[in-house]
Order: sequence, then structure tokens, then C-alpha cells
Amino acid sequence: MKRFLQTTTIALLLLVWASICGASAGTIKIGALFSVSGPPSFLGEPERNTAKMVVDEINALGGIKGRKLELVVYDTQGDATKAVQAANRLIKEDKVVAIIGPSTTGETMAVIPVAEKERVPLISCAAGSKITDPVKKWVFKTAQNDGLAVAKIYEYLNRKKINRIAILTVSDGFGSSGREQLKANAARYGIQIVVDDTYGPKDTDMTAQLTKIRGSQAQAVICWGTNPGPAVIAKNVKQLGIKLPLFMSHGVSSKKFIELAGDAADGIILPSGRVIVADVLPAKDKQKKSLIAFVKDYQKHYRAEGDHFGGHAWDAVMLLKGAIERGGDSPAAIRDQLERTVNFAGIGGIFTYSVADHAGLSKDAFVLVEVKNKDWALVK
Amino acid sequence: MLGGMFTLFFLNVCKLPLPLAIILAVAAATAAGILFERLTIRPLKSPTPLSLIIITIGGSILIRGIAMLVWGKDTHALPSFSGSEPLMIGSATILPQNIWIFGLTAIAIIGNKLFFQYSITGKAMRACAANRRAAGLVGIDVRRMVMFSFAISATLGSLAGIIVAPLTMTSYDVGIMLGLKGFCAAIIGGLSGGVGTVLGGLLLGILESLGAGLVSSGYKDAIAFVILLLILIIRPQGLFGRAQTERV
Repeated sequence: MKRFLQTTTIALLLLVWASICGASAGTIKIGALFSVSGPPSFLGEPERNTAKMVVDEINALGGIKGRKLELVVYDTQGDATKAVQAANRLIKEDKVVAIIGPSTTGETMAVIPVAEKERVPLISCAAGSKITDPVKKWVFKTAQNDGLAVAKIYEYLNRKKINRIAILTVSDGFGSSGREQLKANAARYGIQIVVDDTYGPKDTDMTAQLTKIRGSQAQAVICWGTNPGPAVIAKNVKQLGIKLPLFMSHGVSSKKFIELAGDAADGIILPSGRVIVADVLPAKDKQKKSLIAFVKDYQKHYRAEGDHFGGHAWDAVMLLKGAIERGGDSPAAIRDQLERTVNFAGIGGIFTYSVADHAGLSKDAFVLVEVKNKDWALVK
Repeated sequence: MLGGMFTLFFLNVCKLPLPLAIILAVAAATAAGILFERLTIRPLKSPTPLSLIIITIGGSILIRGIAMLVWGKDTHALPSFSGSEPLMIGSATILPQNIWIFGLTAIAIIGNKLFFQYSITGKAMRACAANRRAAGLVGIDVRRMVMFSFAISATLGSLAGIIVAPLTMTSYDVGIMLGLKGFCAAIIGGLSGGVGTVLGGLLLGILESLGAGLVSSGYKDAIAFVILLLILIIRPQGLFGRAQTERV
């Protein structure tokens, strides 16, 4: 009996070993860190959905040079510590060749030392400009820098000869990054910030700050935040009868904002990636093909509109695919090939990475859109 | 939170008109309050204040979790009761919704006051609060009163959630800050009476707005809690409360 047990155990172990080897031979493992649950789940969920969808599609078309992709996703819950643990697990246990994500800037900054130390390319889906500034050898990003959105708004203000503005930013990571960029770029465009106010992410009434703005010299108001705060501000602006033009950040460029703000959203101008206006883009737009493909696929798979966040993951997977196609699947080769990506027309913009630039986008990654009749319209 | 989300549910899923949806939502939230009392508070063998507080906090986390799973994590907007065109009064503006909030709050406060002051049930509930055992001895069904108190607080809470939702929007996790600020207001006003609490709330709101406008909007919430701490240190019985004297 004892002998029988021994042989069975050995046989079983052999079987397990064989199956592990069988699975790993031929497939290329890609890791992904997304905050699928937790406060930033509005980022992580579409990102995970999109990454899965794109990987499935690549596999259905025969994979990369006949080799299938395997996506290993871990949920970081928006927690930097969990993100670091998961990154270590991806690299040491799952032996992935590259990592996509994390979803937020905070988590990305925490994971960067791991990726650098272990020499695994990381393509972050977070927006913070400090991720790739200064350039880190193994770190790339797909989300547009906040500074590009600021530049887009300031350019428009210059055209309209507006030079005194009030800014109202949310007191979280997104808002304070926006606030820094708004202040840092103002002088270059000859713009003077006359009121600089903030609000809390859970605040439900911003009339106090707006009353102050109403009594100031400001000619326009720029609000930097993610839902629901900006919707409250849009409503408060209307309630106080403020007639100044209102600008928002790309943080609210989703239909949800229009739904929340209702009639108060009309006339608001904001910089945005091209996803939300994919169908009204001129045909000569280089990104149009990718955008339409992404929006249609997402609609088909998840019965929801594809958004920017999903787009960041789409870009990351497609950039990886391109790099692996060109240089093979070793982490070092992937990194080198990513750096040589030129004019890749993705969802977030047209990517051109270089040794000095791992963010890859210019301010043309954004278009200005205006809310008109509960929908988006391109600002000419 | 439940009030707002139930209203949305009846409004969007069952396609009911707004007034009916609100009434049903308040009823549903009240039912949830009663159910909560039945399932968690009543089975307790020896209720101490600490265990009761922990149970209610745990229960609120559970309810939030369920709401998140059922209705998702998005924020939702509720339509205003009567249009969103601001009314101009001189150079000041006010939304019709604000008037609804004022009116309904006033009615709720007066109704509450009358209920606790004059109705037999209200008096019985006050008796239970003052001395549970004595109230039981004179023939008051204490357990029923506890259930009533849960029902009343669920009704008022859901009503409050519904009437502010058109302005503040609603999601599965609204209300925590409102609860904390409400606690603040109660402490400022002194825990003894309804009117003191309302005045405390008004004072808190004005100080917060003034602070946000004149000092810095980043410290808006801090202002509320600094005031709370000051009151607790300097005048623990509240601004409008009478000091309790311990009779020996």
C-alpha cells in the first residue's frame, strides 16, 4: 500500500510538472496590474476588460508569430503596497516578459523600483508626468500627461484673448497634479491666475469658492477634477448665475459627466482624448481606424462604451505586440523595441518613443470638445 | 444613501413618476431600518452601548457593500423636484431645490417635535431613552419603541438623502461625511434637544462656507472638526445644552 501511494505521488508530480511545461512552452506571458476594485476601479475595470479583449483577439488571429499571448491580471485595489507585491509575484512566480499598468500614478511610482531592479519593461496606464520625467530605462506610459491638456486649454485661451483665470482643483492626486501644471505653464502663455482654490473630492457644494471667483477679476474658470465634483461645480456655476466660460479637465471626458451635470453641462469646454468623438473625427485623422475598432469591439464584448482608460490598456497591449513582433520576447529586447516605436496611431494619441521620451505623445493627443445638446462636439 | 438609490431604482427601473418613487423609496428605506433592527439589534442578549455602536457600524458597511454590488459604483444624478432654473432675489440666487429642502426639513423638524412632545408613542420613546428599565416597569413595550426609533431614523435619513440628491448627487457611499457632520452639529447644539441640533447644524454650515470662502477651501472639512474638538474641550454639553448635574 505504501509503495503504491509513493508511485502514485511521483506519477502525479510528474504529470503536474509536464502540464506546467506544456502550458508555458510557446505562450508569451504578459503581466497586468489594474485596480479592478477599490476607489480607482473606474480606471482598472475598463483597463482589465480591454486588455483581456485585445489579447483574446490577438490570439484568435493566431497570436504573435504563431505564439499565443497569456495575460496574467492581478487586482491592486488602488493600493501601492498590493501593487508592489503583485509586481514581484508577476516577475518572480509568473515569469512575465512585461507588465502593463498599474492604473494610478501612486501605484506606478511604487512599482517602478521593482521593474527597474528586475529589468522588466513596465507600461503604465496612469497619467502623472513624473512617471516618465525623468526618463527611467524600463518604464513607459500610455496615458497623456496632464501638462498636454493644460497646454491645449491655454492655447485656446490665447486665441480668445483671455488672460486672467480662476482655477478650482480637487484636493487629490489628479487635482494637485493639474494644479501644478496649470501654475507652471501659465507664465509661458501670458496667463495670470487670479484665484487659486481647491475643493474636497467628496464635497457636495462649491458655492463658497465660486462666490469668491465671481467677485474676482477672472475672465474664465478652469476646474480640474474627476466625477462627481466637476458636475456639482457646473451646477453651482449655473445656480450662481456666473457667466464666465467654464473649462474642465480631461478627467471628466465621459458621457457620465454630461449625465450628472445635466443641462448645466452645456457650453463647457474640455480637452479630451479622441475616443469620445471617434465617430465625428475627420476621415483623414490617423487614429480614426484604431479608435473605431476599439469602440466597436468594446461595445460588442461588454455592452458599454469604450473609454479613455480602456484605451490606455489597448495602447499598452498593442505597443507590446509591436515590440515583440519586431524583436522577440525577451524583456530586454521588448524594452529596446518599445523605445524605437515610431508613429504608432493608438487610442490615446500617436506614439513616438525615444531615448529621451518615454511618454511618447504631443499635445495633439488631445482635442478640445464642447458639450452641445448633451453630446460632444469638436471645437474648431 | 438608500433613499437616493431606491428613488433612482423606482424612477428608472420601474418607470414610476417622481413623487410616487420618493414615497416608495422612503417606505423601502424604513422597511430596511426595521429589518435591520429585527435582525441585528433585537437578538442581542445583553446590549451594551459599545456593542450596539459596533453592530450598527458593521451593519452600515454591509449595507453599503450590498448597495455597491446591486447598483454599481457610479454616481447618479436625481432630477430636481421642480426645475433647475435659479430664482433671482436681488443679486442672490437660489435653486428651487433649496426651497424644497428648507420646506421639507422644517416640516420634518416640526413633525418630530410634535411627535415627541405630544403623542403617547413619542412620550413613551423619550421615557425609554431616559430610563429603559423604569419605562419597562410602567408598561411600555421597550423593544417596540426601539424598533420605532429605527424606523423613524431610517425614514428621516432616507428623506434627507432624497431631497439633497438633486444637488449633491447620490452613489453607494454618500452619507458617511453627512453622518459625521450631523454628529458634529448634534454635539455643537448639545445632544439634549432637536432645535439645538438644527441650530448647531446651521452654525456649522455657515462657519464652513465662510471658512472656505475667506480662509482656504482646502480646510473646509478641517474647520468642521476643529470646531467639534473645541466644543468638546471647552463646552462638552454643547452651545445650547444645559450642563447635567449629577445628583447624589
